[in-house]
Amino acid sequence: MTFTLENWPLLLKGAGLTLQLAIGAFFIGALLALPLALLRIYGNKLASGIVRVLISFLRGTPMLAQLFLVYYGAGQFRPQLQALGLWTFLREPYFCALLTFTLNTAAYQAEILRGGIRAVPAGEVEAAKAISMSFGLQLRRIICPHAYRIAMPALGNELILMIKGSAIASVVTLLDLMGQARLIFARTFDFGIYLQAAILYLVISFAVVRLWRLLEWWSAPQFRRPVPTSNPVTTGGQP
Amino acid sequence: MDISILAPSATGWGDELLSGLWITVSLALTTLPFGLVLGLCFASLALSPSRMARGLAAAYVTVFRGLPELLTLFILYNGLGMFLNTVLSALAHDHVAVDLSPFLTGAVALALVFGAYAAEVFRGAFMALPPGQIEAAFAIGMSDWQVFHRIKFPQLMRLALPGLGNLWINLIKDTALVSVIALNDVMRQGFVASNVSKQPFLIYGAVCVLYWGLCILSETVLGWLEHRSNRGVRFVK
Repeated sequence: MTFTLENWPLLLKGAGLTLQLAIGAFFIGALLALPLALLRIYGNKLASGIVRVLISFLRGTPMLAQLFLVYYGAGQFRPQLQALGLWTFLREPYFCALLTFTLNTAAYQAEILRGGIRAVPAGEVEAAKAISMSFGLQLRRIICPHAYRIAMPALGNELILMIKGSAIASVVTLLDLMGQARLIFARTFDFGIYLQAAILYLVISFAVVRLWRLLEWWSAPQFRRPVPTSNPVTTGGQP
Repeated sequence: MDISILAPSATGWGDELLSGLWITVSLALTTLPFGLVLGLCFASLALSPSRMARGLAAAYVTVFRGLPELLTLFILYNGLGMFLNTVLSALAHDHVAVDLSPFLTGAVALALVFGAYAAEVFRGAFMALPPGQIEAAFAIGMSDWQVFHRIKFPQLMRLALPGLGNLWINLIKDTALVSVIALNDVMRQGFVASNVSKQPFLIYGAVCVLYWGLCILSETVLGWLEHRSNRGVRFVK
Protein backbone atom coordinates (compact mmCIF):
# COMPACT_ATOMS: atom_id res chain seq x y z
CA MET A 1 0.00 0.00 0.00
CA THR A 2 1.50 3.32 -1.01
CA PHE A 3 0.43 6.90 -0.66
CA THR A 4 1.62 8.82 -3.67
CA LEU A 5 0.17 11.91 -5.21
CA GLU A 6 0.45 10.65 -8.78
CA ASN A 7 -3.19 9.56 -8.91
CA TRP A 8 -4.61 12.74 -7.43
CA PRO A 9 -5.26 14.56 -10.70
CA LEU A 10 -7.55 11.68 -11.68
CA LEU A 11 -9.19 11.50 -8.25
CA LEU A 12 -9.83 15.24 -8.26
CA LYS A 13 -11.30 15.01 -11.74
CA GLY A 14 -13.57 12.26 -10.42
CA ALA A 15 -14.50 14.39 -7.42
CA GLY A 16 -15.49 17.13 -9.86
CA LEU A 17 -17.91 14.78 -11.63
CA THR A 18 -19.27 13.58 -8.26
CA LEU A 19 -20.00 17.16 -7.20
CA GLN A 20 -21.44 18.03 -10.61
CA LEU A 21 -23.83 15.05 -10.53
CA ALA A 22 -24.83 15.39 -6.88
CA ILE A 23 -25.23 19.17 -6.74
CA GLY A 24 -26.83 19.29 -10.18
CA ALA A 25 -29.36 16.61 -9.25
CA PHE A 26 -29.99 18.25 -5.87
CA PHE A 27 -30.90 21.65 -7.30
CA ILE A 28 -32.89 20.37 -10.30
CA GLY A 29 -34.62 18.05 -7.80
CA ALA A 30 -35.36 21.06 -5.60
CA LEU A 31 -37.23 22.68 -8.50
CA LEU A 32 -39.39 19.55 -8.85
CA ALA A 33 -39.83 19.03 -5.11
CA LEU A 34 -41.85 22.18 -4.44
CA PRO A 35 -44.63 21.44 -6.96
CA LEU A 36 -44.69 17.80 -5.76
CA ALA A 37 -45.05 18.87 -2.13
CA LEU A 38 -47.74 21.43 -3.03
CA LEU A 39 -49.70 18.85 -5.06
CA ARG A 40 -49.39 16.38 -2.20
CA ILE A 41 -50.86 18.86 0.29
CA TYR A 42 -53.18 21.13 -1.68
CA GLY A 43 -53.98 18.95 -4.69
CA ASN A 44 -57.27 17.14 -5.13
CA LYS A 45 -57.60 13.51 -4.13
CA LEU A 46 -56.41 12.15 -7.48
CA ALA A 47 -53.34 14.40 -7.86
CA SER A 48 -52.38 13.98 -4.22
CA GLY A 49 -52.77 10.20 -4.50
CA ILE A 50 -50.61 9.98 -7.65
CA VAL A 51 -47.86 12.07 -6.05
CA ARG A 52 -48.07 9.95 -2.93
CA VAL A 53 -47.58 6.69 -4.86
CA LEU A 54 -44.75 8.24 -6.90
CA ILE A 55 -42.92 9.42 -3.78
CA SER A 56 -43.48 6.08 -2.05
CA PHE A 57 -42.01 4.24 -5.05
CA LEU A 58 -38.96 6.49 -5.32
CA ARG A 59 -38.28 6.24 -1.60
CA GLY A 60 -39.11 2.55 -1.30
CA THR A 61 -36.74 1.21 -3.95
CA PRO A 62 -32.91 1.28 -4.04
CA MET A 63 -31.45 4.09 -6.16
CA LEU A 64 -29.27 1.45 -7.86
CA ALA A 65 -32.41 -0.38 -9.06
CA GLN A 66 -33.84 2.93 -10.29
CA LEU A 67 -30.62 3.70 -12.13
CA PHE A 68 -30.66 0.29 -13.84
CA LEU A 69 -34.34 0.74 -14.67
CA VAL A 70 -33.53 3.98 -16.50
CA TYR A 71 -30.10 3.10 -17.93
CA TYR A 72 -30.77 -0.45 -19.15
CA GLY A 73 -34.55 -0.13 -19.34
CA ALA A 74 -34.38 2.74 -21.81
CA GLY A 75 -32.79 0.40 -24.35
CA GLN A 76 -35.99 -1.61 -24.52
CA PHE A 77 -37.85 1.44 -25.89
CA ARG A 78 -35.13 2.56 -28.25
CA PRO A 79 -37.28 2.99 -31.38
CA GLN A 80 -39.94 4.96 -29.51
CA LEU A 81 -37.32 7.10 -27.75
CA GLN A 82 -35.55 7.73 -31.05
CA ALA A 83 -38.85 8.88 -32.55
CA LEU A 84 -39.25 11.31 -29.65
CA GLY A 85 -35.65 12.47 -29.95
CA LEU A 86 -34.91 11.44 -26.35
CA TRP A 87 -32.54 8.62 -27.24
CA THR A 88 -29.50 10.91 -27.53
CA PHE A 89 -29.97 11.71 -23.82
CA LEU A 90 -30.97 8.32 -22.47
CA ARG A 91 -28.14 6.42 -24.13
CA GLU A 92 -25.63 8.52 -22.17
CA PRO A 93 -24.88 7.13 -18.70
CA TYR A 94 -24.33 10.72 -17.52
CA PHE A 95 -27.88 11.81 -18.28
CA CYS A 96 -29.37 8.55 -16.98
CA ALA A 97 -27.56 9.04 -13.67
CA LEU A 98 -28.55 12.71 -13.51
CA LEU A 99 -32.20 11.87 -14.27
CA THR A 100 -32.32 9.07 -11.68
CA PHE A 101 -30.62 11.10 -8.96
CA THR A 102 -32.87 14.10 -9.70
CA LEU A 103 -36.10 12.10 -9.41
CA ASN A 104 -34.86 10.32 -6.28
CA THR A 105 -33.83 13.48 -4.46
CA ALA A 106 -36.99 15.28 -5.60
CA ALA A 107 -39.06 12.65 -3.79
CA TYR A 108 -37.05 12.97 -0.57
CA GLN A 109 -37.02 16.77 -0.74
CA ALA A 110 -40.78 16.85 -1.37
CA GLU A 111 -41.35 14.91 1.87
CA ILE A 112 -39.00 17.23 3.77
CA LEU A 113 -40.82 20.28 2.36
CA ARG A 114 -44.18 18.73 3.21
CA GLY A 115 -43.05 18.60 6.84
CA GLY A 116 -41.95 22.23 6.58
CA ILE A 117 -45.24 23.40 5.05
CA ARG A 118 -47.21 21.52 7.71
CA ALA A 119 -45.23 23.34 10.38
CA VAL A 120 -46.11 26.86 9.13
CA PRO A 121 -48.02 28.59 11.95
CA ALA A 122 -51.74 28.33 11.12
CA GLY A 123 -52.41 31.84 12.42
CA GLU A 124 -50.14 33.39 9.82
CA VAL A 125 -51.90 31.61 6.96
CA GLU A 126 -55.29 32.64 8.39
CA ALA A 127 -54.10 36.22 8.71
CA ALA A 128 -52.91 36.16 5.09
CA LYS A 129 -56.30 34.84 3.97
CA ALA A 130 -58.08 37.44 6.12
CA ILE A 131 -56.35 40.25 4.24
CA SER A 132 -57.33 38.42 1.02
CA MET A 133 -53.90 37.46 -0.20
CA SER A 134 -54.06 35.26 -3.28
CA PHE A 135 -52.73 31.71 -2.92
CA GLY A 136 -49.65 32.57 -4.99
CA LEU A 137 -48.87 35.52 -2.77
CA GLN A 138 -49.44 33.44 0.37
CA LEU A 139 -46.96 30.89 -0.98
CA ARG A 140 -44.38 33.50 -1.85
CA ARG A 141 -44.62 35.64 1.25
CA ILE A 142 -45.82 33.35 4.07
CA ILE A 143 -45.63 29.62 3.37
CA CYS A 144 -42.39 29.17 1.43
CA PRO A 145 -40.16 31.37 3.60
CA HIS A 146 -41.34 29.51 6.71
CA ALA A 147 -41.26 26.06 5.13
CA TYR A 148 -37.78 26.42 3.64
CA ARG A 149 -36.37 27.81 6.89
CA ILE A 150 -37.74 24.83 8.82
CA ALA A 151 -36.57 22.42 6.11
CA MET A 152 -33.04 23.80 5.73
CA PRO A 153 -31.20 21.40 8.10
CA ALA A 154 -32.98 18.36 6.66
CA LEU A 155 -32.25 19.56 3.11
CA GLY A 156 -28.58 19.79 4.06
CA ASN A 157 -28.67 16.16 5.19
CA GLU A 158 -30.27 15.25 1.87
CA LEU A 159 -27.47 16.98 -0.05
CA ILE A 160 -24.85 14.98 1.88
CA LEU A 161 -26.80 11.74 1.22
CA MET A 162 -26.92 12.67 -2.47
CA ILE A 163 -23.14 13.15 -2.62
CA LYS A 164 -22.60 9.74 -1.02
CA GLY A 165 -25.34 8.09 -3.06
CA SER A 166 -23.89 9.39 -6.32
CA ALA A 167 -21.08 6.82 -5.90
CA ILE A 168 -23.35 4.29 -7.64
CA ALA A 169 -22.80 6.25 -10.87
CA SER A 170 -19.55 4.28 -11.08
CA VAL A 171 -21.59 1.12 -11.67
CA VAL A 172 -22.84 2.49 -15.00
CA THR A 173 -19.28 3.25 -16.21
CA LEU A 174 -19.16 6.88 -15.10
CA LEU A 175 -15.77 8.01 -13.79
CA ASP A 176 -16.83 9.90 -10.70
CA LEU A 177 -14.63 9.78 -7.59
CA MET A 178 -15.69 6.19 -6.88
CA GLY A 179 -15.31 5.25 -10.55
CA GLN A 180 -11.78 6.67 -10.80
CA ALA A 181 -10.81 4.83 -7.59
CA ARG A 182 -12.17 1.55 -8.96
CA LEU A 183 -10.40 2.06 -12.28
CA ILE A 184 -7.05 2.85 -10.65
CA PHE A 185 -7.45 -0.12 -8.30
CA ALA A 186 -8.18 -2.44 -11.20
CA ARG A 187 -4.98 -1.26 -12.90
CA THR A 188 -2.58 -1.18 -9.97
CA PHE A 189 -4.12 -3.36 -7.22
CA ASP A 190 -2.99 -0.60 -4.88
CA PHE A 191 -5.50 -0.71 -2.07
CA GLY A 192 -4.39 2.71 -0.79
CA ILE A 193 -6.36 4.36 -3.60
CA TYR A 194 -9.64 3.47 -1.88
CA LEU A 195 -8.43 5.08 1.34
CA GLN A 196 -7.41 8.19 -0.59
CA ALA A 197 -10.86 8.31 -2.19
CA ALA A 198 -12.38 7.87 1.30
CA ILE A 199 -10.42 10.86 2.59
CA LEU A 200 -11.61 12.95 -0.38
CA TYR A 201 -15.24 11.95 0.25
CA LEU A 202 -14.90 12.91 3.93
CA VAL A 203 -13.32 16.26 3.02
CA ILE A 204 -16.14 16.99 0.55
CA SER A 205 -18.79 16.10 3.15
CA PHE A 206 -17.15 18.32 5.77
CA ALA A 207 -16.89 21.21 3.34
CA VAL A 208 -20.53 20.86 2.28
CA VAL A 209 -21.69 20.71 5.91
CA ARG A 210 -19.81 23.94 6.69
CA LEU A 211 -21.07 25.68 3.53
CA TRP A 212 -24.65 24.62 4.27
CA ARG A 213 -24.41 26.02 7.83
CA LEU A 214 -23.17 29.26 6.30
CA LEU A 215 -26.13 29.25 3.93
CA GLU A 216 -28.54 28.67 6.82
CA TRP A 217 -26.94 31.47 8.81
CA TRP A 218 -27.00 33.83 5.87
CA SER A 219 -30.60 33.04 4.87
CA ALA A 220 -32.15 33.57 8.30
CA PRO A 221 -30.66 36.71 9.85
CA GLN A 222 -33.50 37.01 12.35
CA PHE A 223 -32.59 33.67 13.94
CA ARG A 224 -28.91 34.43 14.49
CA ARG A 225 -28.17 34.05 18.15
CA PRO A 226 -26.34 36.97 19.65
CA VAL A 227 -22.87 35.91 20.75
CA PRO A 228 -22.15 36.71 24.39
CA THR A 229 -19.06 38.92 24.21
CA SER A 230 -17.45 41.40 26.48
CA ASN A 231 -18.54 44.12 24.09
CA PRO A 232 -22.34 44.42 24.44
CA VAL A 233 -22.64 46.31 21.15
CA THR A 234 -21.35 43.38 19.06
CA THR A 235 -24.10 40.98 18.04
CA GLY A 236 -24.77 39.04 14.90
CA GLY A 237 -23.38 35.62 15.71
CA GLN A 238 -21.27 33.18 13.85
CA PRO A 239 -22.38 30.41 11.51
CA MET B 1 -43.29 -6.57 -23.62
CA ASP B 2 -43.85 -10.14 -22.61
CA ILE B 3 -45.09 -10.57 -19.06
CA SER B 4 -44.72 -14.36 -19.20
CA ILE B 5 -40.94 -14.12 -18.66
CA LEU B 6 -41.73 -13.16 -15.07
CA ALA B 7 -43.45 -16.50 -14.41
CA PRO B 8 -41.95 -18.57 -11.57
CA SER B 9 -41.10 -21.51 -13.83
CA ALA B 10 -38.15 -23.06 -15.67
CA THR B 11 -38.66 -20.70 -18.61
CA GLY B 12 -39.56 -17.60 -16.56
CA TRP B 13 -37.40 -15.54 -14.25
CA GLY B 14 -39.86 -15.32 -11.35
CA ASP B 15 -38.30 -18.15 -9.33
CA GLU B 16 -34.77 -16.73 -9.77
CA LEU B 17 -35.95 -13.30 -8.69
CA LEU B 18 -37.72 -14.74 -5.64
CA SER B 19 -34.64 -16.74 -4.60
CA GLY B 20 -32.66 -13.51 -4.94
CA LEU B 21 -35.25 -11.75 -2.79
CA TRP B 22 -34.70 -14.42 -0.14
CA ILE B 23 -30.95 -13.67 -0.15
CA THR B 24 -31.69 -9.95 0.12
CA VAL B 25 -33.92 -10.56 3.14
CA SER B 26 -31.44 -12.95 4.79
CA LEU B 27 -28.62 -10.45 4.31
CA ALA B 28 -30.67 -7.67 5.91
CA LEU B 29 -31.78 -9.93 8.78
CA THR B 30 -28.21 -11.16 9.38
CA THR B 31 -26.91 -7.59 9.44
CA LEU B 32 -29.55 -6.23 11.81
CA PRO B 33 -28.45 -7.79 15.17
CA PHE B 34 -24.77 -6.93 14.59
CA GLY B 35 -25.67 -3.39 13.58
CA LEU B 36 -27.86 -2.95 16.65
CA VAL B 37 -25.12 -4.20 19.00
CA LEU B 38 -22.52 -1.96 17.33
CA GLY B 39 -24.92 0.97 17.63
CA LEU B 40 -25.59 0.33 21.33
CA CYS B 41 -21.88 -0.07 22.11
CA PHE B 42 -20.86 3.12 20.34
CA ALA B 43 -23.79 5.08 21.80
CA SER B 44 -22.59 4.02 25.28
CA LEU B 45 -19.04 5.05 24.37
CA ALA B 46 -20.29 8.41 23.07
CA LEU B 47 -21.99 9.08 26.44
CA SER B 48 -19.16 7.77 28.63
CA PRO B 49 -17.19 10.15 30.85
CA SER B 50 -13.92 9.02 29.26
CA ARG B 51 -12.64 11.46 26.66
CA MET B 52 -10.92 8.75 24.67
CA ALA B 53 -14.11 6.67 24.44
CA ARG B 54 -16.03 9.70 23.24
CA GLY B 55 -13.36 10.45 20.66
CA LEU B 56 -13.43 6.88 19.41
CA ALA B 57 -17.22 6.95 19.07
CA ALA B 58 -17.13 10.30 17.27
CA ALA B 59 -14.51 9.02 14.82
CA TYR B 60 -16.49 5.85 14.09
CA VAL B 61 -19.75 7.71 13.54
CA THR B 62 -18.14 10.40 11.38
CA VAL B 63 -16.26 7.99 9.14
CA PHE B 64 -19.03 5.47 8.49
CA ARG B 65 -21.75 8.08 8.07
CA GLY B 66 -19.49 10.16 5.83
CA LEU B 67 -18.34 7.47 3.42
CA PRO B 68 -20.49 6.22 0.55
CA GLU B 69 -21.79 2.74 1.39
CA LEU B 70 -20.39 1.46 -1.90
CA LEU B 71 -16.88 2.64 -0.97
CA THR B 72 -17.13 1.04 2.50
CA LEU B 73 -18.11 -2.18 0.80
CA PHE B 74 -15.17 -2.07 -1.63
CA ILE B 75 -12.70 -1.17 1.12
CA LEU B 76 -13.82 -4.19 3.13
CA TYR B 77 -14.12 -6.54 0.17
CA ASN B 78 -10.65 -5.78 -1.20
CA GLY B 79 -8.92 -4.56 1.94
CA LEU B 80 -10.10 -7.09 4.51
CA GLY B 81 -9.18 -9.98 2.20
CA MET B 82 -5.68 -8.59 1.54
CA PHE B 83 -5.21 -7.82 5.24
CA LEU B 84 -6.25 -11.30 6.36
CA ASN B 85 -4.06 -12.90 3.70
CA THR B 86 -1.02 -10.89 4.79
CA VAL B 87 -1.56 -11.56 8.49
CA LEU B 88 -2.34 -15.26 8.09
CA SER B 89 0.52 -15.82 5.64
CA ALA B 90 2.93 -14.16 8.09
CA LEU B 91 1.61 -16.26 10.97
CA ALA B 92 1.70 -19.54 9.06
CA HIS B 93 5.02 -18.78 7.30
CA ASP B 94 3.28 -19.93 4.16
CA HIS B 95 1.07 -18.45 1.49
CA VAL B 96 -2.52 -18.51 2.71
CA ALA B 97 -5.40 -17.25 0.58
CA VAL B 98 -8.73 -16.60 2.27
CA ASP B 99 -11.64 -15.88 0.03
CA LEU B 100 -14.21 -13.69 1.71
CA SER B 101 -17.72 -14.47 0.59
CA PRO B 102 -19.69 -11.52 -0.75
CA PHE B 103 -22.44 -12.33 1.78
CA LEU B 104 -20.09 -12.09 4.75
CA THR B 105 -18.35 -8.94 3.47
CA GLY B 106 -21.69 -7.37 2.67
CA ALA B 107 -23.03 -8.15 6.14
CA VAL B 108 -19.92 -6.69 7.84
CA ALA B 109 -19.95 -3.52 5.72
CA LEU B 110 -23.69 -2.93 6.12
CA ALA B 111 -23.47 -3.62 9.88
CA LEU B 112 -20.70 -1.02 10.24
CA VAL B 113 -22.79 1.58 8.40
CA PHE B 114 -26.00 0.62 10.23
CA GLY B 115 -24.12 0.74 13.56
CA ALA B 116 -22.89 4.27 12.90
CA TYR B 117 -26.38 5.61 12.22
CA ALA B 118 -27.91 3.51 15.03
CA ALA B 119 -25.35 4.89 17.50
CA GLU B 120 -26.78 8.36 16.88
CA VAL B 121 -30.37 7.12 17.25
CA PHE B 122 -29.54 5.31 20.51
CA ARG B 123 -27.60 8.32 21.80
CA GLY B 124 -30.68 10.49 21.30
CA ALA B 125 -32.84 7.88 23.04
CA PHE B 126 -30.43 7.57 26.00
CA MET B 127 -30.47 11.32 26.44
CA ALA B 128 -34.27 11.41 26.36
CA LEU B 129 -34.55 9.07 29.37
CA PRO B 130 -35.70 10.95 32.49
CA PRO B 131 -32.55 11.35 34.63
CA GLY B 132 -34.64 11.08 37.82
CA GLN B 133 -35.44 7.43 37.10
CA ILE B 134 -31.77 6.54 36.74
CA GLU B 135 -30.86 8.44 39.91
CA ALA B 136 -33.67 6.64 41.74
CA ALA B 137 -32.45 3.25 40.48
CA PHE B 138 -28.92 3.93 41.68
CA ALA B 139 -30.31 5.28 44.98
CA ILE B 140 -31.98 1.96 45.79
CA GLY B 141 -28.69 0.19 45.12
CA MET B 142 -29.08 -1.21 41.60
CA SER B 143 -25.87 -2.13 39.82
CA ASP B 144 -24.89 -0.59 36.47
CA TRP B 145 -26.12 -3.68 34.64
CA GLN B 146 -29.44 -3.74 36.54
CA VAL B 147 -30.02 -0.08 35.72
CA PHE B 148 -29.30 -0.84 32.06
CA HIS B 149 -31.54 -3.84 31.61
CA ARG B 150 -34.38 -2.89 33.98
CA ILE B 151 -34.64 0.88 33.54
CA LYS B 152 -32.80 2.07 30.45
CA PHE B 153 -33.16 -0.68 27.86
CA PRO B 154 -36.98 -1.20 27.95
CA GLN B 155 -37.59 2.52 27.44
CA LEU B 156 -34.73 2.84 24.98
CA MET B 157 -36.42 0.59 22.46
CA ARG B 158 -39.61 2.65 22.56
CA LEU B 159 -37.75 5.91 22.03
CA ALA B 160 -35.41 4.55 19.38
CA LEU B 161 -37.97 2.60 17.35
CA PRO B 162 -38.96 5.33 14.85
CA GLY B 163 -35.32 6.09 14.06
CA LEU B 164 -34.39 2.41 13.86
CA GLY B 165 -37.35 1.78 11.56
CA ASN B 166 -35.97 4.29 9.05
CA LEU B 167 -32.55 2.65 9.32
CA TRP B 168 -34.05 -0.78 8.65
CA ILE B 169 -35.66 0.46 5.44
CA ASN B 170 -32.36 2.05 4.39
CA LEU B 171 -30.64 -1.24 5.17
CA ILE B 172 -32.98 -3.16 2.86
CA LYS B 173 -32.23 -0.71 0.07
CA ASP B 174 -28.48 -0.72 0.74
CA THR B 175 -28.34 -4.50 0.34
CA ALA B 176 -28.75 -3.82 -3.41
CA LEU B 177 -25.20 -2.44 -3.42
CA VAL B 178 -23.80 -5.84 -2.44
CA SER B 179 -24.90 -7.12 -5.86
CA VAL B 180 -21.98 -5.11 -7.28
CA ILE B 181 -19.55 -7.56 -5.60
CA ALA B 182 -21.46 -10.51 -7.09
CA LEU B 183 -23.83 -11.53 -4.32
CA ASN B 184 -26.77 -13.32 -5.95
CA ASP B 185 -29.40 -11.07 -4.41
CA VAL B 186 -32.53 -9.91 -6.21
CA MET B 187 -30.65 -7.02 -7.86
CA ARG B 188 -28.00 -9.33 -9.32
CA GLN B 189 -30.61 -11.89 -10.44
CA GLY B 190 -32.37 -9.03 -12.17
CA PHE B 191 -29.10 -8.10 -13.91
CA VAL B 192 -28.64 -11.65 -15.16
CA ALA B 193 -32.29 -11.97 -16.16
CA SER B 194 -32.31 -8.71 -18.10
CA ASN B 195 -29.12 -9.65 -19.96
CA VAL B 196 -30.61 -12.96 -21.05
CA SER B 197 -34.21 -11.94 -21.71
CA LYS B 198 -33.40 -8.56 -23.35
CA GLN B 199 -36.34 -7.05 -21.48
CA PRO B 200 -34.47 -4.88 -18.95
CA PHE B 201 -37.33 -2.47 -18.28
CA LEU B 202 -39.74 -5.24 -17.38
CA ILE B 203 -37.21 -7.12 -15.23
CA TYR B 204 -35.91 -4.08 -13.35
CA GLY B 205 -39.49 -2.89 -12.94
CA ALA B 206 -40.27 -6.24 -11.27
CA VAL B 207 -37.14 -5.93 -9.10
CA CYS B 208 -38.22 -2.44 -8.01
CA VAL B 209 -41.70 -3.71 -7.19
CA LEU B 210 -40.20 -6.50 -5.03
CA TYR B 211 -38.11 -3.99 -3.05
CA TRP B 212 -41.10 -1.67 -2.81
CA GLY B 213 -43.19 -4.53 -1.43
CA LEU B 214 -40.53 -5.29 1.20
CA CYS B 215 -40.45 -1.64 2.25
CA ILE B 216 -44.25 -1.35 2.46
CA LEU B 217 -44.41 -4.58 4.48
CA SER B 218 -41.67 -3.27 6.80
CA GLU B 219 -43.52 0.02 7.27
CA THR B 220 -46.69 -1.86 8.24
CA VAL B 221 -44.89 -4.07 10.75
CA LEU B 222 -42.97 -1.09 12.15
CA GLY B 223 -46.18 0.87 12.58
CA TRP B 224 -47.64 -2.03 14.52
CA LEU B 225 -44.49 -2.38 16.65
CA GLU B 226 -44.49 1.33 17.42
CA HIS B 227 -48.12 1.18 18.41
CA ARG B 228 -47.37 -1.79 20.65
CA SER B 229 -44.29 -0.27 22.28
CA ASN B 230 -46.29 2.84 23.18
CA ARG B 231 -49.04 0.92 24.99
CA GLY B 232 -48.12 2.30 28.42
CA VAL B 233 -47.70 5.88 27.27
CA ARG B 234 -50.41 8.45 27.77
CA PHE B 235 -50.88 11.06 25.05
CA VAL B 236 -52.51 14.37 25.77
CA LYS B 237 -54.03 16.09 22.77
